[in-house]
Amino acid sequence: MDDLLQEFVTETNESLDVVDVELVRFEQDPNNAKILDNIFRLVHTIKGTCGFLNLPRLEALAHAAETLMGKFRDGQLATSEAVTLVLTTIDRIKLILQSLETEQREPDGNDEDLIAELGRMVVKLGEKPKAVEPMMTVGTLTPQVLERPLRLGEVSLDELERAFRETPVDPRPVPAKPSVAQPAVAKPAAVKAVAPEAAAKDDESAKGGQSIRVTVDTLEQLMTMVSELVLTRNQLLEIVRRHEDSEFKTPLQRLSNVTAELQEGVMKTRMQPIGNAWQKFPRIVRDLSNELGKQIDLEMVGAETELDRQVLDLIKDPLTHMVRNSADHGLESTEQRRAAGKSPHGRIRLSAYHEGGYIIIQIADDGRGLDTARIKAKAVAQGLVPEADIDKLSESQIHKFIFAPGFSTATNVTNVSGRGVGMDVVRNNIDQIGGTIDVKSVAGVGLSFTIKIPLTLAIVAALIVESSGDRFAIPQLSVIELVRARSGSEHRIERIKDTTVLRLRDKLLPLARLSDLLGGQAAGDVESGYIVVTQVGGQTFGIVVDKVFHTEEIVVKPMSSKLRHITMFSGNTILGDGSVIMIIDPNGAAQAIGSSMSSHVAAQEAGQAAPVATTAQSTSLLMFRAGSADLKAVPLSLITRLEEIDARKIEMSNGRHMVQYRGHLMPLITMNDAVSVKGEGAQSLLVVSDGTRSMALVVDEIVDIVEDRLDIQVASENAGVIGSAIIKGQATEIIDIAHFLPLAFADWFRRKEQPQRIEARSVLLVDDSPFFRDMLSPVLQAAGYAVTTASSAQEALAILNDGRSFDVAVTDTEMPDMDGFEFAAAVRADARTANMPIIALSSVVSAEAIERGRKVGFHDYVAKFDRQGLIAALKEQTDVGRAA
Amino acid sequence: MSTDIAHGRIKEYVTATIGGQLFGLPIQRVQDVFMPERLTRVPLAPPEIAGVLNLRGRIVTLIDMRDRLGLQPRTGDAPTMAIGVELAGESYGLLIDAIGEVLKLDDAGREANPINLDPRLARISAGIHRLEGQLLMLVDVDRVLDIATKSIAA
Repeated sequence: MDDLLQEFVTETNESLDVVDVELVRFEQDPNNAKILDNIFRLVHTIKGTCGFLNLPRLEALAHAAETLMGKFRDGQLATSEAVTLVLTTIDRIKLILQSLETEQREPDGNDEDLIAELGRMVVKLGEKPKAVEPMMTVGTLTPQVLERPLRLGEVSLDELERAFRETPVDPRPVPAKPSVAQPAVAKPAAVKAVAPEAAAKDDESAKGGQSIRVTVDTLEQLMTMVSELVLTRNQLLEIVRRHEDSEFKTPLQRLSNVTAELQEGVMKTRMQPIGNAWQKFPRIVRDLSNELGKQIDLEMVGAETELDRQVLDLIKDPLTHMVRNSADHGLESTEQRRAAGKSPHGRIRLSAYHEGGYIIIQIADDGRGLDTARIKAKAVAQGLVPEADIDKLSESQIHKFIFAPGFSTATNVTNVSGRGVGMDVVRNNIDQIGGTIDVKSVAGVGLSFTIKIPLTLAIVAALIVESSGDRFAIPQLSVIELVRARSGSEHRIERIKDTTVLRLRDKLLPLARLSDLLGGQAAGDVESGYIVVTQVGGQTFGIVVDKVFHTEEIVVKPMSSKLRHITMFSGNTILGDGSVIMIIDPNGAAQAIGSSMSSHVAAQEAGQAAPVATTAQSTSLLMFRAGSADLKAVPLSLITRLEEIDARKIEMSNGRHMVQYRGHLMPLITMNDAVSVKGEGAQSLLVVSDGTRSMALVVDEIVDIVEDRLDIQVASENAGVIGSAIIKGQATEIIDIAHFLPLAFADWFRRKEQPQRIEARSVLLVDDSPFFRDMLSPVLQAAGYAVTTASSAQEALAILNDGRSFDVAVTDTEMPDMDGFEFAAAVRADARTANMPIIALSSVVSAEAIERGRKVGFHDYVAKFDRQGLIAALKEQTDVGRAA
Repeated sequence: MSTDIAHGRIKEYVTATIGGQLFGLPIQRVQDVFMPERLTRVPLAPPEIAGVLNLRGRIVTLIDMRDRLGLQPRTGDAPTMAIGVELAGESYGLLIDAIGEVLKLDDAGREANPINLDPRLARISAGIHRLEGQLLMLVDVDRVLDIATKSIAA
C-alpha cells in the first residue's frame, strides 16, 4: 500500500500545483468554462482517490472545496475572497500531504474551521445551495465524472488501474500502457514524461496526460551506461579503421548511429521546460498582489523553453526571489502609479528563449527602477567604494552594487522580501552554474534582469588541449577564438617584465600559460604556442597551450571530493579513447590570471567580473622611465607595440635616428634632451603605428603595466607632457603621445585622407575626464578641427544654448549626472541643434550600447582610444553635414 | 571457524605490501583489485593523489600509499597494483606494490600500535598483528582517505 500512497502524494502534489495556476487564471477570466472544468476535474480526482485510500481529512476538504467550486460552475461570480478561500484549502491539503509523505498517515486534527468557512461561502455565493447537491454525494457522481476523465485525463484512470492491480482480488497484470515521449513535468525526485497526443488533445492543461515516473537515479544510471556504450563503440571504430575491408564496417556504422541517437534520447529525458520553475509564480504574484494591495499582471513568455533538470533546480529559487522583489520593491503602489501617469496595473514579465548553447531568462517590471541615490549611499556606507570615487561611477556601474554581498536597499523588512537574502545570493547561484546576470534599470520606467545560463551542465562541447604533456578540456562556451602565435608572425607574444601579453586586433590580451596556472614549471619556448582566447564575464584573456586537438562533446562528471578544492577544474570526464581528463574551469582560470596579473587587464571591459570599484574608469597605463628616474606613463592603448632592438641596428640618417622596421624606416624620437639613444645593447622602444607608418619613442626602461584611474592632478606647461597623476601611489608624468607624432612625420595628422581645408570645422568635445579632453584636443586640432571642450553635458548644453553652432559634437557616453545618451536626447530635442551630428565615445562598445545610441540619435559610436576611428567618423559626419 | 567469523572474533583481511611492509585491509572494504592503466595526473592536487583513471566507466581517484605513508617513492617501472575502495559513494584506488592473500585473523591477537611508530604510519594504523616472521599492520581505510584538502590558490 505504501507505493500506492507515495504515488498518490506525488501525483496529488502535481495536480495541486496545476490547480493553483488554473485558479489564478480563472479568477482573471471567470467566464472560461474550460479552465473551471479542468480545476473541477483535478479536485474531483483527488477527492475520489482519497475516499479510496481512506483519507477522511483530505476527502472532507476536497469535498468542501469542490462544493464551492460547483457554485462557480453554476455561474456564481468567483470573488477574490472565494478564490482565496479555495487556495487556502489547497494549502491545507498540501500540508496534510506532507505529513502523509513522512508519516504514512494523515496528521491528527480536523479542518472544521475551513470547512465551515467554505460552507459559509457557499451560502453567501448563492441562495440555492440545492443546485450543487448532486456533487455532494460521492456515490452518484463518481461514475458520471469518471466517464470524462477517462478520455480527458488518463492520470486518474491509471491511478485506478494501479489501485485495482494492488488489490488482492484481481491480480491480473496491467499492460504497460503509457509511453515515454516528450519529457516534461517533474518534482525534484522524479521525472515525468507526457505523451504528445495528450498535450495536443487538451491544450488548456498541458500537464494532464499519460506519463510514467522514472527516478532520476535510473536516468543517471542509463546515462552512465550510454557513455560506456559510446566509449566501446569508439574503440570498435578505431579497430575497424585499421582494417580496410572489414565485414564489420556496415553493422558497426549502424551501431554507431543507433548509439548516437540513444545518447541524444537519454539526454533529452533530462530536459524540462522552464515553465516548471515558473509554475508557482501566478499564485505567488496573486497572493502578493492581495497582500500588498497592488494590481499586478504577470506575463510569461517562452515557458516551453527547455533546459537541463539540474540547471532548472538551481535557478528556481533565484527566480522566485526576483519575482518577489519585483512585486514588493519594484512595482509602485497603485496610487503612486496613477500619480506618475502610469497604468494602475503593474506588470512583471518573465521571458525565456534559447540563444546558442544558452538559455536567456529575463525578468522585467515596469516599476520605479533602482534607486540610484540610495544604492550610492549604501555602497559608500558599506565601504564598497570610497566616497570620493562614487560620483565617478556611471549609473549602470552603481546598479551593479546590488549584487554585492549583504546588499539590500529595502528600508523596511517586509513580509515579502528584504530579509537580508539579496541579489548576492541570486548571483552566487547563477555563478555556480556558469551563468551571468545583468541588470538594467531606468528610473521611473522599470527594471530588468537578464540571466544567461548554459542549457546543460552534463554534456558540454569542449576543446581538448595539451599542456606540459597532459591533456585538458576547456568548455567551448567560454572560448572565443584560437590564435596561433609564433615569433615573427603577425600575432606575437610580447613580454612586459614578467608578464606576457598578445596584441590582438588593437587590444592587449593578458596571457597565461596553462602550465603556469596549473602550478607547473615555466617551460621552454614562451614566444609561440596556441592561444585559447577565453571570455568570462567581462574579462577576456588568453590561455597559452602547447597543442590543440579537437572539440568533443564531453559528459561532465563531478570530481572526487579530494580534488574539489582546486578552483582550476570544474570536473572531469572520460574521453572517447577511455582516458580521464580534467575540465578547466574558465572562472577559476580568470581568477588565477586576475590574481597573478591583476594589473594587466587591458582587454577587460568595464568591470563585470572584477569588483566595480577597481575597474571603474580605470585605464591601462604603460609605466616607463626615460631620461630620468621619474616615472612616466602613457595609456597602453595608444602604443601599438613594445620593441627591444639591438642598438647596433640604429642608424643615423638626415641627422635623425632611424631603424629599419618591417621593411620601412622608422624614426626614433627622444622625449627630451636627457634621453639618449644607446650605442650598444638592447634599446627599448614604444612603437606607435598608424597604417604603414611607425615611429618609436626611445625609453630607458619599461617598468610595468598597471591598471589605475587616471586623474591628472597637475597640468603641465611642458610640451609633450599632459600633466602629473598619482599612479599606484607614485607621482607619474603622463606623456602626450600626440605631441611627438608630428616630430616623426610632420604631416602625421594631415595626410592624403585629410584634404586641406580652407575653413576649419568646429567640434564640440564633451568629456568629464580632463585627460581625454587634453589628449583628444591636440589630435583633433592637428586633424584640422577647431575644438571647443566642455567638461560636462550641462556645460555643453549651455554652450549650445548661447547660440554657438558646431559642425559636429563628440561626447563621452559615461559621465556623472547627465550621461552622453541624455545629452544626445537633449540636443535632439532642441530644434536649433537637432541636426548636429553626434559621435559617441565609449570605453564600452557593445551592440546593445550602439543600438541604444542609435535610438537617442548618435550618428556614430567610437571606442575611446580609437583615434583613427574617431577621425574617420568625424570626417564622415562633417562631410555629410557639408553636403547636406 | 565460521561461527567465529559470524561472532566477529575472526576477521578477514586482504594483505598487500607497500615499501616492504605488510599491510592488511578489512575484506569488507575492498571492492576489487586492479592494475592501474592510463593514469591521468591532476595538477595542483594534494601530493598523495597519484591521479585519476577510468575503471569500467567510473572515475577512480588513486592514492599513492607510499606517499601517504611517508615511504620512499617507488623506483623504476615495477608494476603496481591498486586496491579499489569506496567512501561516501566515491571510488578510490590505493596504489600498492603487490597484492598478497586473504588472511583470517583472530581479533584477540591484535595489538595496539607501538608508541614509537612513525606518526605517518600510526595515523592510518588500526593495530598490529604478529604473523610468523613478520608484522602485519591493519589499515584504517577511512583514515587513509582523510586527506587534507586545504584550499590551494591556483
